[in-house]
Amino acid sequence: MTDLRELYEEVILDHNRNPRNYPKIPLGHNCEAHGFNPLCGDEFRIYLTVEDGIIQDAGFEGAGCAISTASASLMTEALKGMEVGRAEALFAEVHRLLTEEEQAGEPSEMLGKLTVLTGVKEYPMRVKCATLAWHTMHAALHQREKTICTE
Amino acid sequence: MIVPNYLMHSDAARHEFDAYRVRRDFPILNQTVHGHPLVYLDNGATSQKPQCVIDAVNDYYCWNNANVHRGVHTLSERATHAYEQAREVVGRFINASHHHEIIFVRGTTEAINLVAQSYARPRLRPGDEILITEMEHHSNIVPWQIVCQQTGARLRVVPINDAGELQLDKYAELLGSRTRLVGVVHLSNSLGTINPVREIIDAAHARGIPVLVDGAQAVPHIPVDVQALGCDFYAFSGHKIYGPTGIGILYGKPDLLEAMEPYQGGGEMIRRVTFEESLYNVVPYKFEAGTPNIAGAIGLGTALEYLAQFGLEAVGEYEDALLARATEAVSDISGLRIIGTAAQKGGILSFVMDGVHPHDIGTILDTEGVAIRAGHHCTMPLMTRYGIPGTARASFAIYNTKEDVDALIRGIEKAREVFDR
Repeated sequence: MTDLRELYEEVILDHNRNPRNYPKIPLGHNCEAHGFNPLCGDEFRIYLTVEDGIIQDAGFEGAGCAISTASASLMTEALKGMEVGRAEALFAEVHRLLTEEEQAGEPSEMLGKLTVLTGVKEYPMRVKCATLAWHTMHAALHQREKTICTE
Repeated sequence: MIVPNYLMHSDAARHEFDAYRVRRDFPILNQTVHGHPLVYLDNGATSQKPQCVIDAVNDYYCWNNANVHRGVHTLSERATHAYEQAREVVGRFINASHHHEIIFVRGTTEAINLVAQSYARPRLRPGDEILITEMEHHSNIVPWQIVCQQTGARLRVVPINDAGELQLDKYAELLGSRTRLVGVVHLSNSLGTINPVREIIDAAHARGIPVLVDGAQAVPHIPVDVQALGCDFYAFSGHKIYGPTGIGILYGKPDLLEAMEPYQGGGEMIRRVTFEESLYNVVPYKFEAGTPNIAGAIGLGTALEYLAQFGLEAVGEYEDALLARATEAVSDISGLRIIGTAAQKGGILSFVMDGVHPHDIGTILDTEGVAIRAGHHCTMPLMTRYGIPGTARASFAIYNTKEDVDALIRGIEKAREVFDR
Protein backbone atom coordinates (compact mmCIF):
# COMPACT_ATOMS: atom_id res chain seq x y z
CA MET A 1 0.00 0.00 0.00
CA THR A 2 2.93 2.35 0.73
CA ASP A 3 4.05 1.93 -2.88
CA LEU A 4 0.62 2.68 -4.24
CA ARG A 5 0.32 5.81 -2.14
CA GLU A 6 3.57 7.03 -3.66
CA LEU A 7 2.17 6.54 -7.15
CA TYR A 8 -1.30 7.87 -6.40
CA GLU A 9 -0.25 10.88 -4.31
CA GLU A 10 -2.99 13.12 -2.91
CA VAL A 11 -1.97 15.83 -5.38
CA ILE A 12 -2.22 13.44 -8.32
CA LEU A 13 -5.65 12.20 -7.26
CA ASP A 14 -6.77 15.81 -6.79
CA HIS A 15 -5.56 16.88 -10.24
CA ASN A 16 -7.16 13.77 -11.75
CA ARG A 17 -10.49 14.54 -10.11
CA ASN A 18 -10.37 18.26 -10.85
CA PRO A 19 -7.93 18.90 -13.69
CA ARG A 20 -6.82 22.54 -13.92
CA ASN A 21 -7.03 24.40 -17.23
CA TYR A 22 -9.35 21.67 -18.46
CA PRO A 23 -11.21 21.49 -20.68
CA LYS A 24 -9.87 24.77 -21.93
CA ILE A 25 -8.78 26.31 -25.21
CA PRO A 26 -7.06 29.59 -24.22
CA LEU A 27 -8.16 32.67 -26.12
CA GLY A 28 -5.69 33.61 -28.82
CA HIS A 29 -3.77 30.35 -28.51
CA ASN A 30 -1.11 30.07 -31.20
CA CYS A 31 0.45 26.69 -30.46
CA GLU A 32 -1.30 23.36 -30.26
CA ALA A 33 -0.53 19.70 -30.66
CA HIS A 34 -2.25 16.35 -30.36
CA GLY A 35 -0.81 13.58 -28.19
CA PHE A 36 -1.96 9.97 -28.33
CA ASN A 37 -0.86 6.74 -26.71
CA PRO A 38 -2.38 4.00 -28.87
CA LEU A 39 -1.53 1.34 -26.30
CA CYS A 40 -3.86 2.68 -23.62
CA GLY A 41 -5.91 5.21 -25.58
CA ASP A 42 -4.76 8.27 -23.61
CA GLU A 43 -5.38 11.25 -25.84
CA PHE A 44 -4.80 14.95 -25.20
CA ARG A 45 -4.72 18.18 -27.15
CA ILE A 46 -2.49 20.84 -25.62
CA TYR A 47 -3.04 24.54 -26.35
CA LEU A 48 -0.57 27.35 -25.59
CA THR A 49 -0.73 31.11 -26.00
CA VAL A 50 2.84 32.28 -26.55
CA GLU A 51 3.62 36.01 -26.68
CA ASP A 52 7.11 37.55 -26.73
CA GLY A 53 8.67 34.20 -25.88
CA ILE A 54 6.49 33.74 -22.83
CA ILE A 55 3.70 31.16 -22.37
CA GLN A 56 0.87 33.45 -21.31
CA ASP A 57 -1.78 30.76 -21.06
CA ALA A 58 -2.14 27.00 -21.34
CA GLY A 59 -5.02 24.54 -21.50
CA PHE A 60 -5.85 21.01 -22.54
CA GLU A 61 -8.61 18.72 -23.70
CA GLY A 62 -8.94 14.97 -23.97
CA ALA A 63 -9.01 11.99 -21.66
CA GLY A 64 -6.60 9.61 -20.04
CA CYS A 65 -5.70 7.75 -16.89
CA ALA A 66 -5.08 9.42 -13.53
CA ILE A 67 -1.33 9.72 -14.13
CA SER A 68 -1.56 11.27 -17.60
CA THR A 69 -4.42 13.60 -16.62
CA ALA A 70 -2.72 14.82 -13.44
CA SER A 71 0.57 15.28 -15.27
CA ALA A 72 -1.14 17.38 -17.97
CA SER A 73 -2.98 19.42 -15.37
CA LEU A 74 0.15 20.07 -13.29
CA MET A 75 2.03 20.96 -16.44
CA THR A 76 -0.43 23.59 -17.63
CA GLU A 77 -0.32 25.14 -14.15
CA ALA A 78 3.47 25.24 -14.17
CA LEU A 79 3.79 26.63 -17.69
CA LYS A 80 1.74 29.77 -17.25
CA GLY A 81 3.98 32.84 -17.31
CA MET A 82 7.05 30.77 -18.15
CA GLU A 83 9.62 31.59 -20.82
CA VAL A 84 9.62 29.11 -23.70
CA GLY A 85 13.27 28.20 -23.08
CA ARG A 86 12.53 27.53 -19.43
CA ALA A 87 9.54 25.35 -20.37
CA GLU A 88 11.84 23.21 -22.48
CA ALA A 89 14.29 22.98 -19.58
CA LEU A 90 11.43 21.96 -17.28
CA PHE A 91 10.41 19.23 -19.76
CA ALA A 92 14.00 17.92 -19.62
CA GLU A 93 13.90 17.94 -15.80
CA VAL A 94 10.57 16.08 -15.70
CA HIS A 95 11.91 13.56 -18.18
CA ARG A 96 14.98 13.05 -16.00
CA LEU A 97 12.84 12.70 -12.88
CA LEU A 98 10.75 9.99 -14.52
CA THR A 99 13.38 8.01 -16.36
CA GLU A 100 16.80 8.28 -14.71
CA GLU A 101 17.47 5.40 -12.37
CA GLU A 102 19.84 7.22 -10.03
CA GLN A 103 19.04 10.80 -9.20
CA ALA A 104 22.24 12.77 -8.54
CA GLY A 105 21.34 14.79 -5.46
CA GLU A 106 18.00 16.43 -4.78
CA PRO A 107 15.47 16.91 -7.59
CA SER A 108 15.90 20.24 -9.36
CA GLU A 109 14.20 23.14 -7.60
CA MET A 110 12.47 24.21 -10.77
CA LEU A 111 10.27 21.08 -10.56
CA GLY A 112 8.42 22.39 -7.52
CA LYS A 113 5.08 20.61 -7.14
CA LEU A 114 5.92 18.33 -10.06
CA THR A 115 8.03 16.14 -7.77
CA VAL A 116 4.75 14.36 -6.92
CA LEU A 117 5.38 12.48 -10.16
CA THR A 118 8.49 10.83 -8.66
CA GLY A 119 6.56 7.68 -7.70
CA VAL A 120 5.74 6.94 -11.35
CA LYS A 121 9.36 5.92 -11.95
CA GLU A 122 8.74 2.70 -9.98
CA TYR A 123 6.10 1.74 -12.56
CA PRO A 124 7.95 1.58 -15.90
CA MET A 125 4.75 0.77 -17.79
CA ARG A 126 3.26 4.06 -16.61
CA VAL A 127 6.12 6.45 -17.38
CA LYS A 128 4.70 7.06 -20.83
CA CYS A 129 1.40 8.13 -19.25
CA ALA A 130 3.22 10.82 -17.27
CA THR A 131 5.30 12.09 -20.20
CA LEU A 132 2.53 12.21 -22.83
CA ALA A 133 1.41 15.79 -22.09
CA TRP A 134 5.02 16.98 -21.96
CA HIS A 135 5.97 15.52 -25.32
CA THR A 136 2.81 17.06 -26.72
CA MET A 137 3.67 20.48 -25.23
CA HIS A 138 7.15 20.21 -26.76
CA ALA A 139 5.58 19.48 -30.15
CA ALA A 140 3.17 22.39 -29.76
CA LEU A 141 6.06 24.77 -29.14
CA HIS A 142 7.74 23.45 -32.28
CA GLN A 143 4.48 23.57 -34.23
CA ARG A 144 4.78 19.99 -35.35
CA GLU A 145 1.80 18.96 -37.40
CA LYS A 146 1.81 15.25 -36.73
CA THR A 147 0.26 13.52 -33.77
CA ILE A 148 2.73 12.87 -30.99
CA CYS A 149 2.86 9.30 -29.93
CA THR A 150 4.45 7.96 -26.77
CA GLU A 151 4.56 4.42 -28.05
CA MET B 1 -23.81 -27.07 -30.56
CA ILE B 2 -22.78 -30.54 -31.67
CA VAL B 3 -19.78 -31.81 -29.74
CA PRO B 4 -17.25 -33.95 -31.60
CA ASN B 5 -17.09 -37.49 -30.24
CA TYR B 6 -13.40 -37.06 -29.72
CA LEU B 7 -14.08 -34.31 -27.20
CA MET B 8 -16.98 -35.97 -25.42
CA HIS B 9 -15.56 -39.39 -24.77
CA SER B 10 -12.55 -38.41 -22.72
CA ASP B 11 -12.51 -40.17 -19.37
CA ALA B 12 -11.70 -37.03 -17.44
CA ALA B 13 -14.81 -35.26 -18.71
CA ARG B 14 -16.92 -37.59 -16.61
CA HIS B 15 -15.21 -36.43 -13.45
CA GLU B 16 -15.54 -33.08 -11.75
CA PHE B 17 -13.16 -30.57 -13.26
CA ASP B 18 -10.29 -30.02 -10.82
CA ALA B 19 -8.55 -26.68 -11.41
CA TYR B 20 -6.32 -27.17 -8.38
CA ARG B 21 -4.83 -30.25 -10.00
CA VAL B 22 -4.58 -28.48 -13.35
CA ARG B 23 -2.59 -25.66 -11.71
CA ARG B 24 0.19 -28.11 -10.89
CA ASP B 25 0.77 -28.58 -14.65
CA PHE B 26 1.61 -24.87 -15.11
CA PRO B 27 5.01 -24.05 -13.57
CA ILE B 28 4.68 -20.30 -14.15
CA LEU B 29 1.77 -20.04 -11.71
CA ASN B 30 4.02 -21.03 -8.84
CA GLN B 31 5.46 -17.56 -8.16
CA THR B 32 4.73 -14.34 -6.35
CA VAL B 33 4.34 -10.90 -7.91
CA HIS B 34 4.84 -7.85 -5.67
CA GLY B 35 4.78 -10.23 -2.70
CA HIS B 36 1.44 -11.82 -3.63
CA PRO B 37 0.76 -15.20 -5.28
CA LEU B 38 0.38 -14.63 -9.02
CA VAL B 39 -3.26 -14.48 -10.11
CA TYR B 40 -3.17 -14.64 -13.89
CA LEU B 41 -6.40 -13.32 -15.43
CA ASP B 42 -5.04 -12.08 -18.76
CA ASN B 43 -5.78 -15.29 -20.63
CA GLY B 44 -7.59 -13.46 -23.41
CA ALA B 45 -4.24 -11.89 -24.33
CA THR B 46 -2.28 -15.12 -24.00
CA SER B 47 -2.58 -18.25 -21.91
CA GLN B 48 0.16 -19.89 -19.85
CA LYS B 49 1.74 -23.15 -20.99
CA PRO B 50 1.56 -26.54 -19.25
CA GLN B 51 4.81 -28.41 -18.59
CA CYS B 52 3.98 -30.96 -21.30
CA VAL B 53 3.96 -28.22 -23.97
CA ILE B 54 7.22 -26.75 -22.69
CA ASP B 55 8.70 -30.26 -22.71
CA ALA B 56 7.44 -31.00 -26.23
CA VAL B 57 9.16 -27.90 -27.61
CA ASN B 58 12.27 -28.62 -25.56
CA ASP B 59 12.42 -32.29 -26.61
CA TYR B 60 12.04 -31.36 -30.24
CA TYR B 61 15.10 -29.09 -30.08
CA CYS B 62 17.06 -31.52 -27.88
CA TRP B 63 16.44 -34.67 -29.92
CA ASN B 64 14.58 -34.26 -33.18
CA ASN B 65 15.40 -30.89 -34.72
CA ALA B 66 15.68 -31.07 -38.51
CA ASN B 67 13.90 -29.56 -41.48
CA VAL B 68 10.63 -31.15 -42.53
CA HIS B 69 9.61 -32.79 -45.82
CA ARG B 70 13.19 -32.62 -47.13
CA GLY B 71 15.87 -34.85 -45.67
CA VAL B 72 16.23 -38.60 -45.99
CA HIS B 73 17.96 -38.83 -42.65
CA THR B 74 16.50 -40.05 -39.38
CA LEU B 75 16.07 -36.68 -37.66
CA SER B 76 14.27 -35.22 -40.65
CA GLU B 77 11.94 -38.18 -40.69
CA ARG B 78 11.21 -37.73 -36.99
CA ALA B 79 10.63 -33.99 -37.34
CA THR B 80 8.34 -34.50 -40.34
CA HIS B 81 6.40 -37.19 -38.53
CA ALA B 82 5.92 -35.04 -35.42
CA TYR B 83 4.92 -31.99 -37.49
CA GLU B 84 2.36 -33.95 -39.52
CA GLN B 85 1.03 -35.68 -36.42
CA ALA B 86 0.38 -32.26 -34.93
CA ARG B 87 -1.65 -31.41 -38.03
CA GLU B 88 -3.75 -34.51 -37.46
CA VAL B 89 -4.31 -33.60 -33.82
CA VAL B 90 -5.52 -30.13 -34.87
CA GLY B 91 -7.81 -31.65 -37.49
CA ARG B 92 -9.39 -33.95 -34.90
CA PHE B 93 -9.65 -31.16 -32.34
CA ILE B 94 -11.92 -29.04 -34.56
CA ASN B 95 -13.35 -32.09 -36.36
CA ALA B 96 -12.10 -31.26 -39.83
CA SER B 97 -13.02 -33.93 -42.37
CA HIS B 98 -9.37 -34.31 -43.38
CA HIS B 99 -6.12 -33.02 -41.88
CA HIS B 100 -5.17 -31.52 -45.26
CA GLU B 101 -7.74 -28.84 -44.46
CA ILE B 102 -5.40 -27.63 -41.68
CA ILE B 103 -2.84 -24.99 -42.63
CA PHE B 104 -0.13 -23.96 -40.19
CA VAL B 105 0.28 -20.19 -40.03
CA ARG B 106 1.75 -17.74 -37.50
CA GLY B 107 -1.55 -17.00 -35.80
CA THR B 108 -5.12 -15.85 -36.31
CA THR B 109 -3.93 -12.61 -37.85
CA GLU B 110 -1.94 -14.37 -40.55
CA ALA B 111 -4.79 -16.80 -41.19
CA ILE B 112 -7.19 -13.94 -41.90
CA ASN B 113 -4.66 -12.09 -44.04
CA LEU B 114 -4.15 -15.28 -46.01
CA VAL B 115 -7.87 -15.56 -46.77
CA ALA B 116 -8.09 -11.84 -47.58
CA GLN B 117 -5.24 -12.00 -50.06
CA SER B 118 -5.53 -15.51 -51.51
CA TYR B 119 -9.28 -16.00 -51.50
CA ALA B 120 -10.90 -12.56 -51.51
CA ARG B 121 -8.50 -10.37 -53.48
CA PRO B 122 -8.64 -12.19 -56.84
CA ARG B 123 -12.43 -12.48 -56.59
CA LEU B 124 -13.41 -8.96 -55.49
CA ARG B 125 -14.63 -6.35 -57.97
CA PRO B 126 -15.33 -2.66 -57.33
CA GLY B 127 -18.63 -2.34 -55.45
CA ASP B 128 -18.47 -5.84 -53.97
CA GLU B 129 -18.88 -6.04 -50.20
CA ILE B 130 -17.17 -7.74 -47.28
CA LEU B 131 -19.44 -7.97 -44.24
CA ILE B 132 -17.97 -8.00 -40.74
CA THR B 133 -19.34 -7.00 -37.31
CA GLU B 134 -18.92 -4.11 -34.93
CA MET B 135 -17.24 -6.33 -32.31
CA GLU B 136 -14.36 -7.57 -34.49
CA HIS B 137 -10.74 -7.51 -33.37
CA HIS B 138 -8.49 -5.28 -35.51
CA SER B 139 -7.14 -8.49 -37.07
CA ASN B 140 -10.58 -9.15 -38.57
CA ILE B 141 -10.98 -5.53 -39.73
CA VAL B 142 -7.67 -4.30 -41.13
CA PRO B 143 -6.95 -7.22 -43.55
CA TRP B 144 -10.37 -6.53 -45.15
CA GLN B 145 -9.71 -2.78 -45.31
CA ILE B 146 -6.47 -3.52 -47.14
CA VAL B 147 -8.14 -5.84 -49.63
CA CYS B 148 -10.95 -3.31 -50.12
CA GLN B 149 -8.39 -0.64 -50.98
CA GLN B 150 -6.73 -3.04 -53.40
CA THR B 151 -9.94 -3.98 -55.19
CA GLY B 152 -12.45 -1.14 -54.76
CA ALA B 153 -14.69 -3.36 -52.61
CA ARG B 154 -16.56 -1.95 -49.61
CA LEU B 155 -16.45 -2.97 -45.96
CA ARG B 156 -19.90 -3.19 -44.33
CA VAL B 157 -20.46 -3.61 -40.59
CA VAL B 158 -23.23 -5.42 -38.66
CA PRO B 159 -24.13 -3.33 -35.58
CA ILE B 160 -24.53 -4.66 -32.04
CA ASN B 161 -27.03 -3.77 -29.31
CA ASP B 162 -26.04 -2.28 -25.93
CA ALA B 163 -25.65 -5.74 -24.39
CA GLY B 164 -23.03 -6.54 -27.01
CA GLU B 165 -25.11 -8.91 -29.13
CA LEU B 166 -25.23 -8.82 -32.90
CA GLN B 167 -28.40 -7.31 -34.37
CA LEU B 168 -29.31 -10.29 -36.50
CA ASP B 169 -32.14 -8.46 -38.28
CA LYS B 170 -29.58 -5.89 -39.44
CA TYR B 171 -27.29 -8.72 -40.48
CA ALA B 172 -30.04 -10.18 -42.64
CA GLU B 173 -30.58 -6.76 -44.26
CA LEU B 174 -26.87 -6.25 -44.90
CA LEU B 175 -26.43 -9.64 -46.57
CA GLY B 176 -26.90 -8.50 -50.16
CA SER B 177 -26.28 -9.37 -53.74
CA ARG B 178 -22.84 -7.73 -53.56
CA THR B 179 -21.73 -9.49 -50.35
CA ARG B 180 -18.79 -11.72 -51.22
CA LEU B 181 -17.66 -12.86 -47.79
CA VAL B 182 -18.75 -12.66 -44.14
CA GLY B 183 -16.16 -12.40 -41.35
CA VAL B 184 -17.38 -12.90 -37.78
CA VAL B 185 -15.79 -13.47 -34.40
CA HIS B 186 -16.95 -16.62 -32.58
CA LEU B 187 -16.29 -15.34 -29.03
CA SER B 188 -15.60 -11.62 -28.61
CA ASN B 189 -12.30 -10.84 -26.86
CA SER B 190 -13.63 -7.54 -25.47
CA LEU B 191 -17.21 -8.44 -24.55
CA GLY B 192 -17.20 -12.20 -24.07
CA THR B 193 -20.20 -12.49 -26.40
CA ILE B 194 -20.59 -15.89 -28.05
CA ASN B 195 -22.10 -15.23 -31.46
CA PRO B 196 -24.67 -17.57 -33.04
CA VAL B 197 -22.22 -18.48 -35.78
CA ARG B 198 -24.22 -21.47 -37.01
CA GLU B 199 -27.21 -19.21 -37.70
CA ILE B 200 -24.94 -16.57 -39.27
CA ILE B 201 -23.33 -19.17 -41.52
CA ASP B 202 -26.67 -20.68 -42.57
CA ALA B 203 -28.02 -17.26 -43.56
CA ALA B 204 -24.89 -16.50 -45.62
CA HIS B 205 -24.87 -19.92 -47.26
CA ALA B 206 -28.51 -19.50 -48.27
CA ARG B 207 -27.13 -16.75 -50.52
CA GLY B 208 -24.02 -18.69 -51.51
CA ILE B 209 -21.72 -16.45 -49.44
CA PRO B 210 -18.73 -18.03 -47.65
CA VAL B 211 -18.02 -17.28 -43.99
CA LEU B 212 -14.75 -16.91 -42.09
CA VAL B 213 -14.95 -17.40 -38.32
CA ASP B 214 -12.33 -15.83 -36.04
CA GLY B 215 -12.04 -18.49 -33.36
CA ALA B 216 -9.04 -17.13 -31.43
CA GLN B 217 -10.99 -16.74 -28.18
CA ALA B 218 -13.49 -19.54 -28.77
CA VAL B 219 -11.32 -22.63 -29.20
CA PRO B 220 -9.90 -22.68 -25.64
CA HIS B 221 -13.36 -22.36 -24.07
CA ILE B 222 -16.08 -24.04 -26.14
CA PRO B 223 -16.20 -27.18 -28.28
CA VAL B 224 -15.70 -26.28 -31.94
CA ASP B 225 -16.76 -28.61 -34.73
CA VAL B 226 -16.10 -26.99 -38.10
CA GLN B 227 -18.23 -29.55 -39.96
CA ALA B 228 -21.21 -29.00 -37.67
CA LEU B 229 -20.80 -25.22 -38.00
CA GLY B 230 -20.38 -25.48 -41.75
CA CYS B 231 -17.93 -22.56 -41.78
CA ASP B 232 -15.76 -22.09 -44.85
CA PHE B 233 -12.74 -20.81 -42.93
CA TYR B 234 -11.92 -21.02 -39.23
CA ALA B 235 -8.87 -19.24 -37.76
CA PHE B 236 -7.21 -19.51 -34.37
CA SER B 237 -3.90 -19.03 -32.55
CA GLY B 238 -1.81 -21.50 -30.61
CA HIS B 239 -0.76 -19.23 -27.78
CA LYS B 240 -4.30 -18.55 -26.53
CA ILE B 241 -4.97 -22.28 -26.20
CA TYR B 242 -1.99 -23.22 -24.00
CA GLY B 243 0.37 -23.61 -26.97
CA PRO B 244 3.41 -21.64 -28.10
CA THR B 245 3.38 -18.19 -29.72
CA GLY B 246 4.04 -17.84 -33.43
CA ILE B 247 1.87 -20.77 -34.48
CA GLY B 248 -1.75 -20.71 -35.55
CA ILE B 249 -4.26 -22.48 -37.72
CA LEU B 250 -6.33 -21.75 -40.75
CA TYR B 251 -8.96 -24.36 -41.45
CA GLY B 252 -10.51 -24.14 -44.91
CA LYS B 253 -12.97 -26.20 -46.89
CA PRO B 254 -10.96 -28.26 -49.36
CA ASP B 255 -12.66 -27.04 -52.54
CA LEU B 256 -12.02 -23.41 -51.54
CA LEU B 257 -8.40 -24.09 -50.61
CA GLU B 258 -7.83 -25.92 -53.90
CA ALA B 259 -9.16 -22.99 -55.90
CA MET B 260 -7.11 -20.37 -54.04
CA GLU B 261 -3.86 -18.77 -55.11
CA PRO B 262 -0.79 -19.30 -52.90
CA TYR B 263 -0.28 -16.71 -50.16
CA GLN B 264 3.52 -16.53 -50.29
CA GLY B 265 6.02 -18.01 -52.69
CA GLY B 266 9.12 -19.93 -51.73
CA GLY B 267 10.36 -23.35 -50.75
CA GLU B 268 8.01 -26.10 -49.59
CA MET B 269 5.03 -24.66 -51.48
CA ILE B 270 6.23 -25.80 -54.92
CA ARG B 271 6.31 -29.03 -56.94
CA ARG B 272 8.69 -27.92 -59.67
CA VAL B 273 10.40 -24.61 -60.39
CA THR B 274 11.91 -23.32 -63.63
CA PHE B 275 12.68 -19.71 -64.43
CA GLU B 276 9.67 -19.67 -66.71
CA GLU B 277 7.09 -20.94 -64.26
CA SER B 278 6.47 -22.89 -61.07
CA LEU B 279 4.11 -25.71 -60.34
CA TYR B 280 2.62 -25.37 -56.89
CA ASN B 281 2.48 -28.04 -54.25
CA VAL B 282 -0.83 -29.51 -53.10
CA VAL B 283 -2.97 -28.19 -50.24
CA PRO B 284 -2.00 -27.53 -47.44
CA TYR B 285 1.67 -27.20 -48.45
CA LYS B 286 0.76 -24.66 -51.14
CA PHE B 287 0.12 -22.24 -48.27
CA GLU B 288 3.15 -23.11 -46.15
CA ALA B 289 6.03 -21.42 -47.94
CA GLY B 290 9.41 -21.61 -46.23
CA THR B 291 10.52 -23.66 -43.26
CA PRO B 292 7.55 -23.65 -40.89
CA ASN B 293 7.44 -23.17 -37.12
CA ILE B 294 8.00 -26.89 -36.53
CA ALA B 295 8.51 -26.68 -32.76
CA GLY B 296 5.44 -24.41 -32.51
CA ALA B 297 3.27 -26.87 -34.42
CA ILE B 298 4.42 -29.75 -32.22
CA GLY B 299 3.81 -27.65 -29.10
CA LEU B 300 0.34 -26.75 -30.33
CA GLY B 301 -0.52 -30.40 -31.00
CA THR B 302 0.57 -31.25 -27.46
CA ALA B 303 -1.47 -28.36 -26.04
CA LEU B 304 -4.64 -29.49 -27.83
CA GLU B 305 -4.20 -33.07 -26.61
CA TYR B 306 -3.65 -31.73 -23.11
CA LEU B 307 -6.82 -29.62 -23.20
CA ALA B 308 -8.93 -32.31 -24.88
CA GLN B 309 -8.34 -34.74 -21.99
CA PHE B 310 -10.61 -32.57 -19.80
CA GLY B 311 -13.44 -32.39 -22.32
CA LEU B 312 -14.29 -28.96 -23.71
CA GLU B 313 -17.82 -29.11 -22.33
CA ALA B 314 -16.44 -29.50 -18.81
CA VAL B 315 -13.90 -26.73 -19.40
CA GLY B 316 -16.59 -24.36 -20.64
CA GLU B 317 -18.90 -25.14 -17.72
CA TYR B 318 -16.12 -24.58 -15.22
CA GLU B 319 -15.08 -21.24 -16.72
CA ASP B 320 -18.73 -20.15 -16.91
CA ALA B 321 -19.01 -20.77 -13.18
CA LEU B 322 -15.98 -18.55 -12.54
CA LEU B 323 -17.50 -15.84 -14.73
CA ALA B 324 -20.82 -16.10 -12.89
CA ARG B 325 -19.08 -15.75 -9.53
CA ALA B 326 -17.12 -12.70 -10.73
CA THR B 327 -20.15 -11.11 -12.39
CA GLU B 328 -22.20 -11.43 -9.23
CA ALA B 329 -19.43 -10.07 -7.01
CA VAL B 330 -18.68 -6.97 -9.10
CA SER B 331 -22.36 -6.02 -9.19
CA ASP B 332 -21.94 -4.94 -5.55
CA ILE B 333 -19.08 -2.54 -6.34
CA SER B 334 -20.30 1.04 -6.62
CA GLY B 335 -19.79 2.80 -9.93
CA LEU B 336 -18.74 -0.37 -11.76
CA ARG B 337 -20.33 -1.15 -15.11
CA ILE B 338 -19.88 -4.39 -17.04
CA ILE B 339 -19.28 -3.90 -20.77
CA GLY B 340 -20.73 -6.91 -22.54
CA THR B 341 -23.83 -8.44 -20.98
CA ALA B 342 -24.90 -10.77 -23.77
CA ALA B 343 -27.12 -13.73 -22.90
CA GLN B 344 -24.51 -16.05 -24.42
CA LYS B 345 -21.11 -15.28 -22.91
CA GLY B 346 -17.74 -17.00 -22.44
CA GLY B 347 -15.19 -16.45 -19.66
CA ILE B 348 -14.50 -12.74 -20.16
CA LEU B 349 -15.40 -9.93 -17.76
CA SER B 350 -14.88 -6.45 -19.18
CA PHE B 351 -15.75 -3.43 -17.06
CA VAL B 352 -15.31 0.28 -16.45
CA MET B 353 -15.46 2.19 -13.16
CA ASP B 354 -16.60 5.75 -12.52
CA GLY B 355 -13.61 7.97 -11.82
CA VAL B 356 -11.00 5.22 -12.21
CA HIS B 357 -9.37 4.74 -15.59
CA PRO B 358 -8.87 1.10 -16.70
CA HIS B 359 -5.10 1.64 -16.73
CA ASP B 360 -5.12 2.69 -13.09
CA ILE B 361 -7.23 -0.36 -12.20
CA GLY B 362 -4.64 -2.51 -13.99
CA THR B 363 -1.73 -0.98 -12.07
CA ILE B 364 -3.45 -1.30 -8.69
CA LEU B 365 -4.40 -4.93 -9.38
CA ASP B 366 -0.81 -5.65 -10.43
CA THR B 367 0.47 -4.48 -7.05
CA GLU B 368 -1.81 -7.18 -5.60
CA GLY B 369 -0.33 -9.81 -7.92
CA VAL B 370 -3.43 -9.84 -10.15
CA ALA B 371 -2.71 -9.64 -13.90
CA ILE B 372 -5.53 -8.28 -16.06
CA ARG B 373 -5.65 -6.39 -19.35
CA ALA B 374 -6.52 -2.70 -19.53
CA GLY B 375 -7.11 -0.86 -22.77
CA HIS B 376 -9.04 -1.12 -26.02
CA HIS B 377 -8.17 -4.82 -26.57
CA CYS B 378 -7.51 -4.16 -30.27
CA THR B 379 -11.18 -3.35 -30.75
CA MET B 380 -11.07 0.44 -31.09
CA PRO B 381 -14.31 0.73 -33.13
CA LEU B 382 -16.10 -1.22 -30.39
CA MET B 383 -14.78 1.14 -27.69
CA THR B 384 -16.00 4.07 -29.82
CA ARG B 385 -19.42 2.37 -30.02
CA TYR B 386 -19.59 2.34 -26.20
CA GLY B 387 -18.06 5.83 -25.89
CA ILE B 388 -15.22 4.62 -23.65
CA PRO B 389 -11.42 4.77 -24.07
CA GLY B 390 -11.06 1.16 -22.97
CA THR B 391 -12.03 -1.37 -20.35
CA ALA B 392 -10.41 -3.42 -17.64
CA ARG B 393 -10.72 -7.08 -18.61
CA ALA B 394 -10.37 -10.26 -16.60
CA SER B 395 -10.38 -13.42 -18.71
CA PHE B 396 -10.49 -16.91 -17.27
CA ALA B 397 -8.70 -20.16 -18.06
CA ILE B 398 -8.69 -23.76 -16.83
CA TYR B 399 -6.18 -23.04 -14.04
CA ASN B 400 -8.13 -20.17 -12.47
CA THR B 401 -9.97 -20.80 -9.22
CA LYS B 402 -12.63 -19.12 -7.15
CA GLU B 403 -9.79 -17.81 -4.99
CA ASP B 404 -8.47 -16.02 -8.10
CA VAL B 405 -11.88 -14.43 -8.59
CA ASP B 406 -11.90 -13.34 -4.95
CA ALA B 407 -8.43 -11.78 -5.34
CA LEU B 408 -9.72 -9.91 -8.39
CA ILE B 409 -12.67 -8.56 -6.44
CA ARG B 410 -10.45 -7.50 -3.51
CA GLY B 411 -8.16 -5.71 -5.98
CA ILE B 412 -11.04 -3.84 -7.61
CA GLU B 413 -12.31 -2.81 -4.18
CA LYS B 414 -8.83 -1.57 -3.38
CA ALA B 415 -8.77 0.52 -6.56
CA ARG B 416 -12.10 2.04 -5.48
CA GLU B 417 -10.60 2.75 -2.06
CA VAL B 418 -7.40 4.38 -3.42
CA PHE B 419 -9.39 6.68 -5.68
CA ASP B 420 -12.09 7.50 -3.15
CA ARG B 421 -9.74 8.52 -0.37
